[in-house]
Amino acid sequence: MNPEPPEERGTPVGRRVFLGTLALGALGVVAAPPLQRGLEAFLGSAAGKDPTGLTGLLPNGGGFRYYSVAASVPHRNATNYRLTVDGLVDRPATYTLDQLRALPQTRMVKDVQCVTGWRVPDTAFEGVRLSDLLDAAGVRAEAGALRFTCFDGTYTESLTLDQARRADVLVALRMQDKDLGHDHGGPVRLYVAPMYFYKSAKWLSGITVTKDVKPGYWEDRGYDVDAWVGRSNGRDDEPTS
Amino acid sequence: MTRIPRFTRAERWVHRTTALLMGVCVLTAAFLYVPELAELVGRRELVVRVHEIAGVLLPLPVLGGLASRAFRADLGHLNRFGPHDRRWLRAALRRDRRPESRPAAKFNAGQKVYAAWIAGATLVMLGTGLMMWFTHLTPIMWRTSATFVHDWLALTIGVVLAGHIGMALADPEARHGMRTGSVSREWAEREHSLWRP
Repeated sequence: MNPEPPEERGTPVGRRVFLGTLALGALGVVAAPPLQRGLEAFLGSAAGKDPTGLTGLLPNGGGFRYYSVAASVPHRNATNYRLTVDGLVDRPATYTLDQLRALPQTRMVKDVQCVTGWRVPDTAFEGVRLSDLLDAAGVRAEAGALRFTCFDGTYTESLTLDQARRADVLVALRMQDKDLGHDHGGPVRLYVAPMYFYKSAKWLSGITVTKDVKPGYWEDRGYDVDAWVGRSNGRDDEPTS
Repeated sequence: MTRIPRFTRAERWVHRTTALLMGVCVLTAAFLYVPELAELVGRRELVVRVHEIAGVLLPLPVLGGLASRAFRADLGHLNRFGPHDRRWLRAALRRDRRPESRPAAKFNAGQKVYAAWIAGATLVMLGTGLMMWFTHLTPIMWRTSATFVHDWLALTIGVVLAGHIGMALADPEARHGMRTGSVSREWAEREHSLWRP
């Protein structure tokens, strides 16, 4: 047994590294807003030129993130996709994909803002105005809200009737000038331009007109029902629409 | 071949449970973060919950280990740096792999730096994670900042952790020591020449 192993006399570098790491972490939280803006700008431009797509895996690397609350989501296409409109309406309806495509289409290009922070600039969405579908169904006087259901079997969303009648709310069939793929919620998703993206329910399969707003999936878990970008969920992002 | 005791049962269990919890954190993080894996797994709410629980439990093995005298002694060894550690780090920077230019006692300087850093990083992850979890505790602006730190530090930890595991894979006797508690005398004299167990 060595009476004086080298470590007994040494300097406590370990403690300094440990406390230094903690201090850096705290400093990072304080300095995050400017750091994040800088990185987003840099990575956003780098992602545009990156053929490997690896920058998409970096935090704030730009692009969409795939979120699904269900274990697995069935695939639907032109042969088996159906959208039902029911509830407090005079003429309940069921649309096939081709029927939706035959209706007048609206295209708009706006930013997409997720409540977790990522933002995808200038994204084109194209589809049928939700207000057109509501007019076709004949909404009854006592109605006040809509409830959206999805063929993932789990996700739900809601809008007030006034919100749903806005011109920038679509039943979207195309994104970035391509038919909506499965991963982006295709073949049909909701697109609520002025709100955080969780309102834009993917894999839309049902629209039910109701009397009052019934909070959707994420709203039952703490997110705001009226999810205006920049004016809800305690965030101050630039409005998208 | 003489075996030299290196880790007691308590020390090994601290490492084992910490590694398991860290592994769960990394795996669930990947399921939440990498789009291809997120598509594969879905069930976002459940994965988030598992991630949160594993993260909160992560410091507990080390805290429990404080009851062990041997573990406390290890923390002392990890904390204290001597002149030989400086030599070890310089050799590492020069990529000098000869054992004689890498003097080390029970833990080498790389292991000491790693231990201190990963301990600090884990607590930063815990702090920022709690800020994201219990959003009412802090202003919303802080949650965005905490997410930023949590994301980037997660990436850094992933890289460093891969290095840690890679080095363990390259040294079977070191793994044997952590698994069974004892190492060969030859290995101890070569890799930890200043260690006097």
